Amino acid sequence: MIPSGDYIRILPEIVLSIFGMLVMVIDPLLGENDDRKSIGVVSAIGALLALGATFIMAGHPGEAFYNILRVDDFAVFFHVVVILIALACILMSFEYLKVQEIRQGEYYGLILFGTVGMCLMSSAIELVMLFVAIEISSISTYILAGFRRRAAESAESSLKYFLLGSFATAFFLYGIALMYGATGSTNVDAIAAALRQGTPVMAYLAIALMMVGLGFKVAAAPFQVWTPDVYEGAPAPVVALMSTGPKAAAFAVLLRVLFGTAAPGWFWAVWIAAALSMTIGNFGALVQTNVKRMLAYSSIAHAGYLLVAFIAVRNMEQGVSAAMFYTAAYAAMNVGAFAVVSHFASAGEKYVSIEDYAGLGRRSPVLAAVLTVFLLSLIGIPITGGFFAKFYVFRAAVSSNLIWLTVIGLVNSAIGSYYYLRLLVMMYMKEPQSEESVPSVPFAAGFAMAGCVVATLYLGVFPNRVLQFAIESARTLVH
Amino acid sequence: MNAASLNPMILTLVTFLPALGAVLLMLFPRRARDIRWFALGISIATFVLSLHLPWHFVNGHPGFQFQVDRQWITTPNIHYHIGVDGISLWLVVLTTFLTPFCVLISWKSVNDRVKEFFILLLLLETAMIGVFIALDLFLFYFFWEATLIPMALIIGMFGHERRIYAAVKFFLYTMVASVFMLIAIIWLYAHTGSFDFVVIQGMLASGQLVIPAHIAQWLFLGFFIAFAVKVPLFPLHTWLPDAHVEAPAAGSVLLAGVLLKMGTYGLLRFNLGLFPELARRNAPWIIVLAIIGIIYGALVAMVQPNLKKLIAYSSVSHLGFVVLGIFSFTQAGLNGAMFIMLSHGVTTGALFLLAGMLYERRHTYDITEYGGLATPMPIYASFFLIITLASIGLPLLNGFIGEYLVLTGSFQARARWGILAASGVIWSACYMLWLYQRVFYGEVKREVNNTLADVNARERTCLWPLAAAALIMGVLPMVWLRPVEPAVSRVLAFSTAQVQSAAPSTMSNVNAAAPVAAPVAAAVPTHTEQENGR
Repeated sequence: MIPSGDYIRILPEIVLSIFGMLVMVIDPLLGENDDRKSIGVVSAIGALLALGATFIMAGHPGEAFYNILRVDDFAVFFHVVVILIALACILMSFEYLKVQEIRQGEYYGLILFGTVGMCLMSSAIELVMLFVAIEISSISTYILAGFRRRAAESAESSLKYFLLGSFATAFFLYGIALMYGATGSTNVDAIAAALRQGTPVMAYLAIALMMVGLGFKVAAAPFQVWTPDVYEGAPAPVVALMSTGPKAAAFAVLLRVLFGTAAPGWFWAVWIAAALSMTIGNFGALVQTNVKRMLAYSSIAHAGYLLVAFIAVRNMEQGVSAAMFYTAAYAAMNVGAFAVVSHFASAGEKYVSIEDYAGLGRRSPVLAAVLTVFLLSLIGIPITGGFFAKFYVFRAAVSSNLIWLTVIGLVNSAIGSYYYLRLLVMMYMKEPQSEESVPSVPFAAGFAMAGCVVATLYLGVFPNRVLQFAIESARTLVH
Repeated sequence: MNAASLNPMILTLVTFLPALGAVLLMLFPRRARDIRWFALGISIATFVLSLHLPWHFVNGHPGFQFQVDRQWITTPNIHYHIGVDGISLWLVVLTTFLTPFCVLISWKSVNDRVKEFFILLLLLETAMIGVFIALDLFLFYFFWEATLIPMALIIGMFGHERRIYAAVKFFLYTMVASVFMLIAIIWLYAHTGSFDFVVIQGMLASGQLVIPAHIAQWLFLGFFIAFAVKVPLFPLHTWLPDAHVEAPAAGSVLLAGVLLKMGTYGLLRFNLGLFPELARRNAPWIIVLAIIGIIYGALVAMVQPNLKKLIAYSSVSHLGFVVLGIFSFTQAGLNGAMFIMLSHGVTTGALFLLAGMLYERRHTYDITEYGGLATPMPIYASFFLIITLASIGLPLLNGFIGEYLVLTGSFQARARWGILAASGVIWSACYMLWLYQRVFYGEVKREVNNTLADVNARERTCLWPLAAAALIMGVLPMVWLRPVEPAVSRVLAFSTAQVQSAAPSTMSNVNAAAPVAAPVAAAVPTHTEQENGR
């Protein structure tokens, strides 16, 4: 008999699933040419309710369903981040779907289902459950990536993501199997207990394989090759989602798997992955002419910065909390940046090259100012969340004496500032190429952008509360 | 209300009044006239408020005054800790003094996107003042980076033909260099648990925090690189001529007048304040770079065909004097360095204003385009002459005092430094007087120049205060030096104490860990030799 308290511990997932199904039911009732905004509103309400449910869930910490899930501060943190990301993406999709003439309500349903998977990823402590959660989130995003049916690159994006993604999850699954062989369990706590007794060689292999799978999900080098193509082809709001949501969740899994199981031997692997990701991401981004591709490379670089926090082993609490803060700050600024990109892209995603942004500061000062906030945050300029995110990460690294990695990271972030700067230069210092006026931002998308601006600045001026919460949750994770 | 009751909040007011003005400007309708007057009003109000600082400054007191120390962020332990001492006092006033002129010089020359320009200008003012008053390393870094964006945008949006190249170059140079400072700051925090400059200095002085010699050297270099790029010290100066030539007049004035001083201020405050022993050990090569800068800057200035580029290279030369003065470790040298920072701010600020006025009339900085301007523009020529003489260090004008003090200081430290640096004074006379001759004397070579209008009332409003300041600073240097002196002697006293207490400990390190400390041991004799040399 399952105690009823267990259901409260998956209440956000239940709410999201119900609304997801509701969306699927309503969709056929609407006319062929309806722009599906009503469905969007329903799913936005669903996301809001799920957010409320998360707060109820937070009041009932503990294990659920025979130790498959654990609700702790760590899980709550990622639930909130992921659901807010989904909400922002839903809001910016109203306009996007209308402009691109995509009239399928499943779009919203898939976002909600994907969010269910991401939420479960952050609370699962059973590797098999983790695998299922990853699959739920991944499959939704595979389909979402192909939603611009009329564009060939969208199909390419979807297919590439699907093929490489399923390959990666297979690695993850293989890792789980080996871990079971090595320790006799698939439960994170039990694995930790077994590994403390001694580390069989198979466990190293298992960790390596799991890291391959997760490295793909977070787009860390050397598993990053898919990112630019997939981000370029997928619809812009979907990129906003998949560059932050599944990534945040995958980082949550990585934190649980590496720290929760007291896994052995990953120090140098992560060190190299971090250094490579930062370098490849930043240098790759330097030469891009397409904004979406540039942001794809930038997301690889940011995954690298985030991985730096992982290696700050000498002070795990600091490292884990820095990583968590980074996911939140990155989500705010990147979703915001893509909100602007998806608004500006207009029909058929026509305007996505960097040249198209020429003179935006003159054509639409407010939109340019909003994008400037996000770009400055991505560079890591003070009073934005991006600055504190980097700051915490590198502080954790320095206090663990990872001086070289810190130097690599900070030099990289200085190099990285160049390509964000290029976009700023375009917006403010070049003359506009077309006299066509930029359409005004509709309410929902504007709301999403404003929310991201507020979040970015809030994290940059008053980082205290979020960081405190992250530190407390880090304590529950690393005993 | 008693004026002294303003003391606790005056610095916050002075710092954030321009930012508040910028925020209000964002809400303004796009009427250029109102925006200009409003910006002028705010910048003058800031200047008047900032006069409170020297007025109520207690001169004999070497420590920080008008301090505020509030916790801002708990993890990490970041404080809103601000205050001024004799070193930063006049730099704050210099900043607020120059900004109204920047508004005035941009009155007509900025016609497009007026609102954006003045918003950026006011934000830049806040950030610059913040750099000089921040006593928390984090807060300092925060303001330091914050100066970058408005300045880069001012250059990039309102500059001349190659503005984008110049803006990006300026941004990247400064950004990359300050990253190293950030690493050093984080390291200090990780080992002290504090960002507070005063606290960290106290820990270092009392021996609570002992930094291993090789790490201290890296930390020193981390700070040094960030500041050296800003100064700019040879060979890191290449961004400066580009930035100056392409920047609009107001941008050049603030760049030369204030932003460069941020670098020398940082060297004085942080490199000498936190690592006095290393500063002494590294002084020889830094001084060599400074002297190269003095001579090289002057020689390159001499052959420039472009008026603004000439002034830019003259800045490289003058700032070399400042660095020389700082690293001479003598009271005279440091006083002189402080004085040059102020007088260079006034004279070079004025030179860039003058250059801007010419550009407004002819839209070129090419020296060969001018000649004989004294005939159509006599008042302009007189002002230019006063400032030129101030810049080359004619006695009774401000340039003389600083250069004299620095040269005295460097002679006290090492005679050959003084001899080499003194040649810079001659070079500066050469390039400035030659410039003056080419632009103002002789026949009017170009027909258009005959009809050039002389300075109007607005421009005269800019030039009179600056010329007066140049004269007053030259006649009454002690007014300026009185608050500076105690602060400078404190830096010196602290560094001497550090060196004496550090010397025996490095010697004992040699026995404990011979291979690691070997380079340290090698460095100790040279530096005692330097002490004997004096």
